[in-house]
Amino acid sequence: MSDSKSTLQQAVEMVFLPLIGVLCVIGLWAITCTFAESLPTPLKTWEVSKGYILKPFEKRGELDQGILRFTWYSLVRVSKGYTLALLVGTPLGLLLGVSKMFTKSFDPIIQILRPVSPLAWLPLGLVLFGKPEPAGIFTIAMCAMWPTVLNTALGVRSIPQDFVNVARVLQLSRTKYLFKIMLPAALPYMFTGFRLSLGIAWLVIVAAEMLTGAPGVGGFLWQEYNSLIYEHLIMCIATIGIVGFLLDRLMSVVETRLRAA
Amino acid sequence: MALLELRQVNKGYAHDGQPNPVLSHIDLTIERGEFVALVGYSGAGKSTLVSLIAGLIGPDSGSVRFDGAPVRGTSPERGVVFQNYSLLPWLSVTDNVALAVDSVFGKDSAEARAARVRRYVKLVNLDHAANKKPSELSGGMRQRVALARALAMEPELLLLDEPLSALDALTRANLQQELARICGESGKTIFLVTNDVDEALLLADRIIPLGAGPSATLGESVLVDIPRPRDRKALNHDPRFKVIRAQVIDYLLSSAARKRAERKLQPTAAAARTAEATR
Repeated sequence: MSDSKSTLQQAVEMVFLPLIGVLCVIGLWAITCTFAESLPTPLKTWEVSKGYILKPFEKRGELDQGILRFTWYSLVRVSKGYTLALLVGTPLGLLLGVSKMFTKSFDPIIQILRPVSPLAWLPLGLVLFGKPEPAGIFTIAMCAMWPTVLNTALGVRSIPQDFVNVARVLQLSRTKYLFKIMLPAALPYMFTGFRLSLGIAWLVIVAAEMLTGAPGVGGFLWQEYNSLIYEHLIMCIATIGIVGFLLDRLMSVVETRLRAA
Repeated sequence: MALLELRQVNKGYAHDGQPNPVLSHIDLTIERGEFVALVGYSGAGKSTLVSLIAGLIGPDSGSVRFDGAPVRGTSPERGVVFQNYSLLPWLSVTDNVALAVDSVFGKDSAEARAARVRRYVKLVNLDHAANKKPSELSGGMRQRVALARALAMEPELLLLDEPLSALDALTRANLQQELARICGESGKTIFLVTNDVDEALLLADRIIPLGAGPSATLGESVLVDIPRPRDRKALNHDPRFKVIRAQVIDYLLSSAARKRAERKLQPTAAAARTAEATR
């Protein structure tokens, strides 16, 4: 009896309460529509966008494709930039964590590069690579790697002195120390960094696609803005938000698994 | 030649720019095959002494010599069992022990190393839990893993830094018996640090009291010339135990009283101010 009640309570808490929040926002949106003339109403947005949502993988033209197809393009781009960010960021973080001298030399410049906006990196990427695709990936990597760098460094610095003493008494080789002690001990911190980095990578994708006009959610958003189809704009915003949320959930599931192991 | 020899060792830590002496004028000699127990107050510098012998830290002055040569850094010749187990939580019992074996006996074949790991896991009676992670083990079992890890390095000298102090009384008593057995079988030279006089009485050939800090010094060592195996029940009745225990405890108490008296004679600035204010 008490079990079924708790399941019901859980259902209310998991589904019904979040729904209230969503409905409130849609209500506010509908109210706003009464005085903001060019803002499409929720109902109109659905009617104009449903072709993209109900046939999410259809390809009618280069810049006229189902929303999940665009999402897929964006995800592929993000995964490239994100992988690059991890490949560069993790070793950099390990070095920062291990060496005081390295930290003193490179921490200031990292703190200077870290707040630079993706909108600023993209033109530099275009100058460097000449083509929009690598420029976008470069931008994602440049913006997304910092949480990985800083959290990896923090993870290495937080290794308990006990483990360091054990490693010294056992006289572990450098490789053994790296793989048996340093990486496992720092892994929870590193994963927090990976997760934050993925969030940033997904944030950056929209900006990168808007500026380069590449096909993807961000590119589509900008194109539909220019074509004055504001309903699609809202659909893109919702898609970006939902995908970002799902990515974060996914990372947190992996993170919990890792912590439990 | 003695296996371990400390001569006039001083060690302190700077604290807020003030020198903070921990150990002073430590003279200590341990012969091969001896089981020596150091008994002292918490915070008196027992772990510092272990770290000095292990080579994790160096003395400010004086010399630490092992097997005739000055100690420079750590060595697998001096195994350490740390107070808080210090097992790697992401490795199984076997892998924790294997980490030590692979590091020290890296030249042996994989089978020989695996056999050595099994032997030491069995020695501490953990073969049934060989594949468990430390988080699945009780405190007593964890400490046995730590002991197996240290023994598996086959060190000349085994340093036990309050190995049982984190355990509850019953587990502690059991593990003391087991420690006595394992140490007897291994025939190793052992330096045990503890705050439990009875533990020292039960296990050691010789007890050295470490006075109260700061600037703790070693007291006269006391021989425990009672044949093994020693019965922990007899500890409360056997007059020889009583005599030795009284000697050790007397030293510890009087050294603490001396420190208190010294502090009164040399009042700190703050104490002086309070004294003035109350006048």
